[in-house]
Amino acid sequence: NFFTFNFDPEPPEIKEQTSIKRSSPNDEKKNEKKERPEEDEAIEKDQEEEIEDEEEDDENKQTAQDFLEMKPAEFHGYNNQLQREREVLYTPSALTVPTSQKVPQNMKPRYLEEEGLYVGERPEVSFTNQNILENRLIQQDEGKKWFGDDGRVMALPNPIKEYSTRPPVFSAFQDLDPTLETVYRKATKSKFTNHYILGTGDPQGDFQLDIDVSGLIFTHHSLFSREHVLAVKLAQMYDQFLVRQQKNLSNLLTNKLHALRNAVQNIMQLHGGLILNPATQHRVEEYKMEIRHTRKLLNLELEKDRMLLKGIIKVWKDIKALREFQRFTNTPLKLRLRRDEVNKMEEEQNYESEIQAEVSELVEQYEEECQKKLTDYEAKYAEWKAWKKKQKAKRKKKQQEDEEVHEEESILEMEGEPTKPQRPDPVDRAALEQQVREKAFAIRKRPGEPILIPELTTAGNVTPNELCPRGEILRREDTLKRSVFIKVVFNNKEVSQTASRTLNSDFRVHFGQIFNLKIINWPESLKLQVFETVGSSSSMLAEVFLPIPETAVLTGSAPSEEHEFSSNQRIMFDHEGVGSDVPFSFEADGSNKLILLTSGKVSCSVSWAIGENGVPLIPVVSQQNIGVQSPLKQLDAISYIGTSGLTDMKKLAKWASESRLDPNDPNNATLMQLIKVIATSGEVQIPDYFRLEQLQEEFNFIKEEEFQRSKRFRLLDLRNQEVPEFRNYKCIPTLEREVSDKVFQEYEKRLSESETLDTKDYLDAHRALVAKYLQKVRETVMNRFLLAKHHYILSDVVIEEEVPSIGILGINLFKLAEPKRPLKPRRKERKKVTAQNLSDGDIKILVNVIRAYDIPIRRPIASKTSASTRPSRPFTETLVSGQPSQSPSQNNDWPINQVLVRPFVEVTFQRTVRHTTTADGPNPNWNEELELPFRAPNGDYSTSSLQSVKDDIFINVFDEVVYDIVEDNRERGAGIHTRIERHWLGSVKIPFTTIYFQSRIDGTFKIECPPVLLGYSKERSLGSEGGYDAVRSLSDGCYLTLFITIEPQLVPGEMVREKVSFFDTQEDEKLLQAAENFQKEVSMKFPTRRCITTVIDINGKTVFITRYIKALNPPHELLEMTPNNQQETAELMAHFVSLIPSLPDNVSFAGICDLWSTCDQFLDLLAGDEEEHAVLLCNYFLAMGKKAWLIIGSAIPEGPTSYVLTQEHSQFIIWNPSTGQFYSQYDTFCPLQSVGCLVNADNVWFNIQQYNAPMRMSFDITKSKFWKPFFSRNFSHPGLSSIQPEELVYLQTDRAAVAELQDRIEKILKEKIMEWRPRNPTRWNRYCTSTLRQFLPKLELTRGKDVGDEHRMELQSLLGDYRICGFPIHMAFSEIQPIIEAVYSTGVHNMDVFNVEFALAVHICPYPNNVLSVWIYVASLIRTR
Amino acid sequence: MAAVSPSVFLLLVNGQIESANLPEFDDLYCKYCFVYGHDWSPVSGLEEGISQITSKSRVTQQDLVWNFPIDITFKSTNPFGWPQVVVSVYGPDVFGNDVVRGYGAVHIPITPGRHKRTIPLFVPESTSRLQKFTSWFLGRRPEFTDPKVVAQGEGREVTRVRSQGFLTLSFNIVTKDLKKLGYDMTSEVLSVPEATYRP
Repeated sequence: NFFTFNFDPEPPEIKEQTSIKRSSPNDEKKNEKKERPEEDEAIEKDQEEEIEDEEEDDENKQTAQDFLEMKPAEFHGYNNQLQREREVLYTPSALTVPTSQKVPQNMKPRYLEEEGLYVGERPEVSFTNQNILENRLIQQDEGKKWFGDDGRVMALPNPIKEYSTRPPVFSAFQDLDPTLETVYRKATKSKFTNHYILGTGDPQGDFQLDIDVSGLIFTHHSLFSREHVLAVKLAQMYDQFLVRQQKNLSNLLTNKLHALRNAVQNIMQLHGGLILNPATQHRVEEYKMEIRHTRKLLNLELEKDRMLLKGIIKVWKDIKALREFQRFTNTPLKLRLRRDEVNKMEEEQNYESEIQAEVSELVEQYEEECQKKLTDYEAKYAEWKAWKKKQKAKRKKKQQEDEEVHEEESILEMEGEPTKPQRPDPVDRAALEQQVREKAFAIRKRPGEPILIPELTTAGNVTPNELCPRGEILRREDTLKRSVFIKVVFNNKEVSQTASRTLNSDFRVHFGQIFNLKIINWPESLKLQVFETVGSSSSMLAEVFLPIPETAVLTGSAPSEEHEFSSNQRIMFDHEGVGSDVPFSFEADGSNKLILLTSGKVSCSVSWAIGENGVPLIPVVSQQNIGVQSPLKQLDAISYIGTSGLTDMKKLAKWASESRLDPNDPNNATLMQLIKVIATSGEVQIPDYFRLEQLQEEFNFIKEEEFQRSKRFRLLDLRNQEVPEFRNYKCIPTLEREVSDKVFQEYEKRLSESETLDTKDYLDAHRALVAKYLQKVRETVMNRFLLAKHHYILSDVVIEEEVPSIGILGINLFKLAEPKRPLKPRRKERKKVTAQNLSDGDIKILVNVIRAYDIPIRRPIASKTSASTRPSRPFTETLVSGQPSQSPSQNNDWPINQVLVRPFVEVTFQRTVRHTTTADGPNPNWNEELELPFRAPNGDYSTSSLQSVKDDIFINVFDEVVYDIVEDNRERGAGIHTRIERHWLGSVKIPFTTIYFQSRIDGTFKIECPPVLLGYSKERSLGSEGGYDAVRSLSDGCYLTLFITIEPQLVPGEMVREKVSFFDTQEDEKLLQAAENFQKEVSMKFPTRRCITTVIDINGKTVFITRYIKALNPPHELLEMTPNNQQETAELMAHFVSLIPSLPDNVSFAGICDLWSTCDQFLDLLAGDEEEHAVLLCNYFLAMGKKAWLIIGSAIPEGPTSYVLTQEHSQFIIWNPSTGQFYSQYDTFCPLQSVGCLVNADNVWFNIQQYNAPMRMSFDITKSKFWKPFFSRNFSHPGLSSIQPEELVYLQTDRAAVAELQDRIEKILKEKIMEWRPRNPTRWNRYCTSTLRQFLPKLELTRGKDVGDEHRMELQSLLGDYRICGFPIHMAFSEIQPIIEAVYSTGVHNMDVFNVEFALAVHICPYPNNVLSVWIYVASLIRTR
Repeated sequence: MAAVSPSVFLLLVNGQIESANLPEFDDLYCKYCFVYGHDWSPVSGLEEGISQITSKSRVTQQDLVWNFPIDITFKSTNPFGWPQVVVSVYGPDVFGNDVVRGYGAVHIPITPGRHKRTIPLFVPESTSRLQKFTSWFLGRRPEFTDPKVVAQGEGREVTRVRSQGFLTLSFNIVTKDLKKLGYDMTSEVLSVPEATYRP
């Protein structure tokens, strides 16, 4: 059947293929055959067979010979191969390539270096390699482009620097150059650590400015005599003369003139009168211009010289005349004129030749000008002529036309008429010469005249006082009376002043004092004030402003400079003194009046001092302005050439062009660029910024402003910066218009709030400040944390099993032996769920309300109890026997079958309310599970978000009271008509974060009950449960057993503890190491016990914990209150500390860590969490002489917390610092559940006992079996100093403000209650209110203990007709909002009875340092009759 | 009908995790999940999935084939944070413990059309030899806390990984409204259909 297939289309193809196959291997086969004939036979046979097969269906009958050919293998000889290779390969020779080959044809090599251009040093390459390279290049087609003009391979300058830019690394074994040795210095704490505390300035070092005030010279003073005036004038002129003589400009110019003239002459002679080529012509022209210019200058100088000399002589003559006239001399000045004789003949010749030369030049110049004018004239004349002709023609025309019409035009034309040019006069040589001679006569020394050189000396004698006339004597006496001193004023503050010096007759004062100014602020102004003292009064003459020296001006190198000053005071004398600002004259007739002002010069120098180690004490420039400036700003091009303070850029440019800097040298590149900038723009614009990415702008896809404007970009940007509001913002719209402005509102509000905290919300300005401060601290810590969050360690990314230790293996083995179903089952750990893949509704909070103890029971209204006043009790009594006041002896009329109380529990979380069924009796047992849904903020279930949930779970206990409201007895059979009221009994508040971090809360909580519950009492009727009473009465509160957990269990966020190393520290490295080891060691053995050795202070630095403990003085008011009762005082302390508001760190610094503030910071802030409270309380106890420790452990419901332990005789007392409560070690209801370690100022002890519950352990820290100390013999206490302040300073609380606050709170609360009852009228019972108000201070005195009975009775007697339901609330005052919340949560306002009345009283008890204790009494009254 | 200027664009991804080339291992299964930016949200389809266990062919030494389909549609307003698929492969070790055999991630192709991607797989290394031994012995190899780590750059510098093999994915991409929002993805260079991704 194979053949039945239709193969028709295929065979031809196959044939073709085979034929191709056959033909193509033809040649090879032929070759092969010749070489290996034996093998071929076999192949041949095969082939033949194949062919035979093919022949059957192939018509092309080809034989094997057609395909095969025999041939020997090709072989090339060695030489042949070499030749071939030579054709292909090229071996460059190592010989030098002649230069002629390397430069273009017909060109000589050009050496740039010889032409003076900058050529960098070429990198070193061996000659052979260079030659090889050149040979290779020459071989190429365009090889020549690789060579420069000098015939060498083009090369950039050698990039290798001679010195290393990186400092060399030395091995540890070699001896180091002592200057290069690294010295370890411990970081020191700056004086200004608390840079947030208001009012502290920026830290700035000590800088010093040296001001050297050497002296003062008056150039005019009111006490100058006429002679003095002249003398000063003379002295000034003489000074001028000396300066001019030194410069000797006239001589210089004369020489220049000569040289120029010679040059011109030379050129002329060289060409011998031939026609000059244009270039030379031009040069001659230039020379001539130069000559003219120089001559002008020379003439000027000469004239000045002469004038000066004349002036000197004139003034001297005046002085002489004056001296003669007044017959005494005041000044020792004396002028002598020295005559230098000269060769008259020579001079004359010179003079004449000079004049001739000048004249001839002038003539030439004039001729040139004449020529020019002439041509000018001719051109103008021609023009004029043309115009004239035209005018004539026009005039003819005009006469024909109407003249009036064109009048204006003609006038215009008349005006435009060019004046007929004047023909220039030819040069008159004689007149010119005359002119020159006259000028020379005026300004030049006549030939043969001796050269006069004045010499001023002070060798003259001053006429003694006796010989002087009266006026002069008066003047001199007046002068002696006066003294001068100078005040140094820095930044408009007087710094110091010189000694007072009397004025001498020469009006020169010498001070020679140096002032060293230690400065803290950047110098803004510096001035000297010149004061003059006459008798006892002194007046300021003038102010001299001194410039702040450049940073390069250092003491020792600073030159002394003279600063002029003048004063416009008007002073007149009746003696010889000329006065100031008063006209006077030297002439007898009073003409030619002069008005002189007091003026002078102060010579001083200002410079920066040099410190001990040669470091200039100059403040950094960046501190000049507020805000951060890059230090790079100072790096300008000028500093490269070693001159700082060069401010005149034009001069610099001039200097650069004069000094012929090589513009191609890269060393000068910056300078050249700068000069170029100056040259092009004329203005100097040194950029005042340093740009890291110059080309950034090119890559910005939109402009900066556009970016700022766009809401969408802003949103993206904010999200990228992880701004809290936008961190998890989803789906930023694509289009600009879809971004609503509302998005930013909250953020902007926060921003503006952080800047301007409105004090309206805060009743007290201090609280506002604290809130602001906390905000700032929070931000810093947040930023630190955000930084740390982006650091990863391996365990963040990779889960890796730890190497198991023997202990764990052992436990695992032990576990195998455990019973499968134990008799007492324990709650097992559930599987933890990572928070990422959760959504709303997935998480629930399960609250298992099990039972409650000692719920207050209702009391009959008419009950009368005997109030027992109690003396102060010792600890033992309180703790062991409980409440003596609630003695069972009380009689009551309560019917036996009456329900005592019908409590139920209501749990509120995130506005969801669940409640249990109502149970009966004071010890109800519910055992109910309530389920509350949890919603994370913004639907963000990430760890960091969950950590910052601030919601609390409120667990309120209510009593359900049923009232029969049937008015009419007849209806009783027909229907039940009752009203259910709920009365608040107490509450427990548990923050969500506690549950989140602990994953479950299991225990018995004390219900926070108000100290007095009207209508309720804690007493039990003996009849029902008398037998248990002894046991029960141990507690004095009511308790609720709860189990709370989250379903599913969430993985609590890692604390940053592991990343503590990212925070900086001041502690010793060794100590930290030891602390870490200690912690690691103990956590291995007891992983659940808390051990803290280092904590983070408010600046984010790691601090060893013992530094916090130090005896600190409590407020003395509290000590004085109960001076002779230690225990009472201690309780008062605890009360005071508990009154400071709590602010848990976990909430404010979401998931970061605990921050510990010192006691003074704590008292300043008036907010802190348990640690701060505990530390303060512990420190107070220490100050009272108690033995006190800090307990680090965990309690319910707070979780990890700190308590205080004190030792009283043989007993240990545990204090809860945040409530002020204290417990005995053996108190079953002590909230402290486990003790991790104890801390005092000397040591940290870790609990290594079997149990960690305080009841079952020993607090004897001396026993090393029970407590493991941190500092032991191996590692002794290094003497850590405390970081606490020496002493606490307490502010007196303003009582008036407190009273005001009290009124305000009361008012606000009343308004709120009315607001919460919108449908019913709210009546206030004034009588009750005033009664309640009286109770509140008593409550404060006893701190809410044991007043209930007296109180109730009192109230009952007053308000017998009312059924009262109410209670006082006690709070520490922080803000008003929590108070409102607290009142609201009690639900007192929910009374809907028609005739209900309310009473509300507020009392605030002030404690030192603005600690306020707030009492609020709310009650509802219902009239029973 | 024509929508007036859309505010989101859609990215429809379907494809499959085809096979893996992990020469040393057998009986593996894989998980996938997507990592995407804040502006993205899945509209429909499974965001995470876990495949069957596959064994190598007895006859020839071949790849492990899953042919595990992926089908998901994303909606987004911003191409930043373009979704990445993260694949992690698990399987039993010598003692039968389930250990990770490889992590890998690749961006969803940005152009419409059919694409095939081969991605390398790697696993984190133990920190020490002792750890390596114990982890081998106890069957608790180091793993990433979250497989999504491999789709981001932050924190990777602290890890050391070993490469394990390759995994092949194929994608069919459809986009909607991308161009209308101004993102042009149809350039010549981008649409090379079979550009394979190799390190």
